[in-house]
Amino acid sequence: MLEVFTWLADWLIYGFASLDPESKLGTSLHFFVEDTTKIFALLVVMIYIIALARASLDLGRVRHYIQQKNRFAGYGLGAGFGAITPFCSCSSIPLFLGFTSAGIPLGITMAFLFTSPIINEVAVIMLWSLLGWEFTLVYVVIGMAVGIGGGMILDILKGERWLKDFAAKAYQQAAETPHNEDSLPEAKTLTLKDRHVFARDELKEIVGRIWKWVIIGVGLGAALHGFVPDSWFAENLGSGQWWNVPVAVLAGLPLYSNATAVIPVMESLILKGLPVGTTLAFCMSTVAASFPEFIMLKQVMQWRLLGIIFVILLANFMVVGWLINLLSPWLFSGTLT
Amino acid sequence: MKKIEVLGTGCKKCVNTADQIQAVADELGIEVKVEKVTDPGTIMGYKVMSTPGVAIDGNLVHSGSVPNHDKIKTLLKE
Repeated sequence: MLEVFTWLADWLIYGFASLDPESKLGTSLHFFVEDTTKIFALLVVMIYIIALARASLDLGRVRHYIQQKNRFAGYGLGAGFGAITPFCSCSSIPLFLGFTSAGIPLGITMAFLFTSPIINEVAVIMLWSLLGWEFTLVYVVIGMAVGIGGGMILDILKGERWLKDFAAKAYQQAAETPHNEDSLPEAKTLTLKDRHVFARDELKEIVGRIWKWVIIGVGLGAALHGFVPDSWFAENLGSGQWWNVPVAVLAGLPLYSNATAVIPVMESLILKGLPVGTTLAFCMSTVAASFPEFIMLKQVMQWRLLGIIFVILLANFMVVGWLINLLSPWLFSGTLT
Repeated sequence: MKKIEVLGTGCKKCVNTADQIQAVADELGIEVKVEKVTDPGTIMGYKVMSTPGVAIDGNLVHSGSVPNHDKIKTLLKE
């Protein structure tokens, strides 16, 4: 079904504009047209459908649900809900405090916050359409693992010691009082029309926020695709030596971006033969370890905790990179190259 | 005069919410004092988890989205 977009790009670039398929400009523009049309078409349809289903999701209920579970299930749930809950970075502080003041352990809250920027419906749709379902699955599993692993380490280190005073107090109070008093918040009852209105607003909001990132991301990906020779990465960045991964993670740090812009670049990098693990490490580092987000968390954490979280994340990305590079011959036998 | 607090850590949606409430209040001729609250402790005090939230005279009346025109009208008239 998705070949339609390849045909469209064929027709527009090679036919209508009669550019040479062998030329740099031709390949770049083809990549750009194919990917942008495909991504936008899929996004519009899928965001609407997902929003219809998600209209009744309520953070109060999510919190209640996580609270009821034992600690180990909690990490998985935290990361899982982080993945499916629509999330805007400006909500991270209220969410953090809402969870903390309900006595949810720091590690579980952070599992939610780590996973949230990495996995969301837009990222999944784009990965699926550009790189296929195997890759998408690996990405989702890794995103969850980074969240769960990071959360567990934080709790092992007793990270809550380094919360800001008011947040630590709220957490302590909640831990001392049994929390059966906050009963499950009433579920919203929604008519189909309510869901439609919600989905329509959500669609407008999300597309309004990300369209320029899609263009920037695909633009970069297209430029890489057409203008950087295939052998460039292997010759200049090494091809699979162990130190490639830490270098990729560090290179991704100052590039603050979101998943939307990074995924088309990722597609291009992989097509250019950069090892999958190295590419993933680079992308997760640009998406999840962003300075603006960290500065925001400073409102509720001491520098020390912030530093620890940062180091944990970077370490996780490197482990992911190495692991996937090691496993990729089995994971993607021939699907990506 | 109603005291309206818009709760949020300072994103665009919160600014929108504050502007729209002011606009609807002007339209209805209701005197209001709209204030943006960014202090995390205060927001936590209102038990708001998704911003923007709106509190009128110290009571939380809305959270999680930019309220639409009709919703603001109802909230202000109460």
